[in-house]
Amino acid sequence: MDAVVSNFDLYWQGFRMTLVLTLISAVAALVLGTLLAACRVSPVVSLRWFGATYVELVRNVPLTILFFFFIFVAPQIGIRTPSFFVSACVALSVYTAAFVCEAVRSGINSVGVGQAEAARSIGLTFTQTLQLIVLPQAFRTVVPPLINIFIALTKNTSVAGGFAVTELFAIGRRLANANPADVIPVLVGIGVCYLILTIPSGILANWVERKVAFAR
Amino acid sequence: MTARDDASAPSAAPPDGTGEPLVVLSDVQKYFGELHVLQDINLSVAHGEVVVVIGPSGSGKSTLCRAINRLEPIDSGVITLDGQPLPAEGKALARLRADVGMVFQAFNLFAHKTVLQNVMLGPMKAKNVKKSEAEADAMRLLERVGVANQAQKLPAQLSGGQQQRVAIARALAMKPKVMLFDEPTSALDPEMINEVLDVMTDLAKEGMTMVVVTHEMGFARKAAHRVVFMDDGRIVEEAEPEEFFSRPKSDRAKDFLSKILTH
Repeated sequence: MDAVVSNFDLYWQGFRMTLVLTLISAVAALVLGTLLAACRVSPVVSLRWFGATYVELVRNVPLTILFFFFIFVAPQIGIRTPSFFVSACVALSVYTAAFVCEAVRSGINSVGVGQAEAARSIGLTFTQTLQLIVLPQAFRTVVPPLINIFIALTKNTSVAGGFAVTELFAIGRRLANANPADVIPVLVGIGVCYLILTIPSGILANWVERKVAFAR
Repeated sequence: MTARDDASAPSAAPPDGTGEPLVVLSDVQKYFGELHVLQDINLSVAHGEVVVVIGPSGSGKSTLCRAINRLEPIDSGVITLDGQPLPAEGKALARLRADVGMVFQAFNLFAHKTVLQNVMLGPMKAKNVKKSEAEADAMRLLERVGVANQAQKLPAQLSGGQQQRVAIARALAMKPKVMLFDEPTSALDPEMINEVLDVMTDLAKEGMTMVVVTHEMGFARKAAHRVVFMDDGRIVEEAEPEEFFSRPKSDRAKDFLSKILTH
């Protein structure tokens, strides 16, 4: 137990890093995923093709491989980032965006086709139709699956710990190695830290879901 | 008042035969897979003309209506609006659609926007009308269709008849050259049908060019200049309403009318 209490500052450092990785990647994945979903429902064939290929490629590859790619392979082909931290954010965002895309796309499909037809028939362009009519309604149905994805993202940030980003999991491993007698309390402490992040996300999701509910 | 009382005295002046027709469909063909849903469609609608399209379910009349603003792309043939062929997807098509009002069977009001926002949105986003102007215009239209007191509500809080009148106002807000109605009263409770038909009849009287797909024969008799009867993807018969309802020429039309007019 001492290992946890006396290393509280390390826990705090790891906790903050995990939180920052999660928040940055969540926002980036939400934006990128929504753009991808727009591609997937676009009338332009090449955009649809791009969206579908991205999703099939990225979501079917282990996250660790993506980390390897962005940290070791990408710099060799000229894609450089200022730090491992940035590379980690990129890998997490790129990976999570594929899942966000599919969730948002299912939300788009849940909005009746009549809504888009009505929007187009008053002269709105495809982009306006999506932006003003379809996506605002789609997001309301997509809140629960999106929170699922972001909870998975929170846990996936632990992969960054294997790539020299000092987040919770890296701290946990370091403390466990340094305090072999206290492995169990050290890891329980790490687990609790993740719960502190993920359980409120679930509660937030329920709250948001109630807030945005509206009669159809 | 029943529609039949008016049948002998068409309320709107028939359109003059001069000038270019507003909507022209020539040799239009459309397939849904194997199904040849529009076959050799030739139809022209003059400025100010009210054309009612009737026919049994699956005859292609809704598809015809939706093809006119390219919600359904056609496989071959030409559709022109005010002399211009319909553009393919993109900004040009969006501009064209702004000139064609469409009213759907299922209303399709934007569920997350208030009644007033529904009517203001098109002019503001597709025509860059100022907000104050769009709002004044929208309120005037809502007044005209009799739902101004519901302006701040969401569509789901309105009755079907009220929603459909809002949908008509939303289409009119774009100041369209032609209004398309795709079975506007088919999803309504019987007691709400008339409030919608009244609005449509007024529009017809004011000289709006209209293409109306409907099962309301009363409306056809009262407001139409011409009835187009479709069956199996073809236009089987076209005539003035009085002529069509009293002396249908084709057997298919006689059969259809005998089934719906006996009650």
